[in-house]
Amino acid sequence: MLETVIPIAFALVSLAFLLSFWRLLKGPDAPDRILALDTLYVNTIALLVLLGIHLGSAIYFEAALLIAMMGFVGTVALCKYLLRGDIIE
Amino acid sequence: MIDILLSLLILTGAIFTLIGSLGLARLRDFYTRLHGPTKATTLGVGCLLIASAVYFSVREEGVSLHEVLVTLFLFITAPVSAHLLAKAALHLKVKSLAAMPPDNDAPAD
Repeated sequence: MLETVIPIAFALVSLAFLLSFWRLLKGPDAPDRILALDTLYVNTIALLVLLGIHLGSAIYFEAALLIAMMGFVGTVALCKYLLRGDIIE
Repeated sequence: MIDILLSLLILTGAIFTLIGSLGLARLRDFYTRLHGPTKATTLGVGCLLIASAVYFSVREEGVSLHEVLVTLFLFITAPVSAHLLAKAALHLKVKSLAAMPPDNDAPAD
């Protein structure tokens, strides 16, 4: 059963990835683009977790954790730049 | 039994991730778009991470706790980044579709 479900889940998450990427390219304002980038990080974590289950390997969680942390720091830095015009004051 | 539970969790997670990104792509102004991914993707990725934790706990000896770390981190940081994004949008005066609230302080004429 897992062998049929995982490819479907891959397809659904990849579609979500493409939709977020479309918003990243189109987004009329800067906050839209930052939100799309943040969603792309979350979609990447989902893809990595699925790949980990598919290949039966636990190595991918370190990558997922790193992407989660770096994605958060990136989002906060970009928002701070929009808010204050500077990141570290 | 475990197989069915895992399949259900993975499908739910993938569908919620898709719904979140669909909301990001289809909703009409920034403040409604902010609503879609921040709620749906944390639930979607949460379901996927729980599925992964169950899978690796069953397959290998002992409980697998890496996934809980990622889940916890996402659940803590998602509201913070959404709050900062909303603040940035308000600061830049991004247009909203909602009507302006009535101005109670205006002098009556």
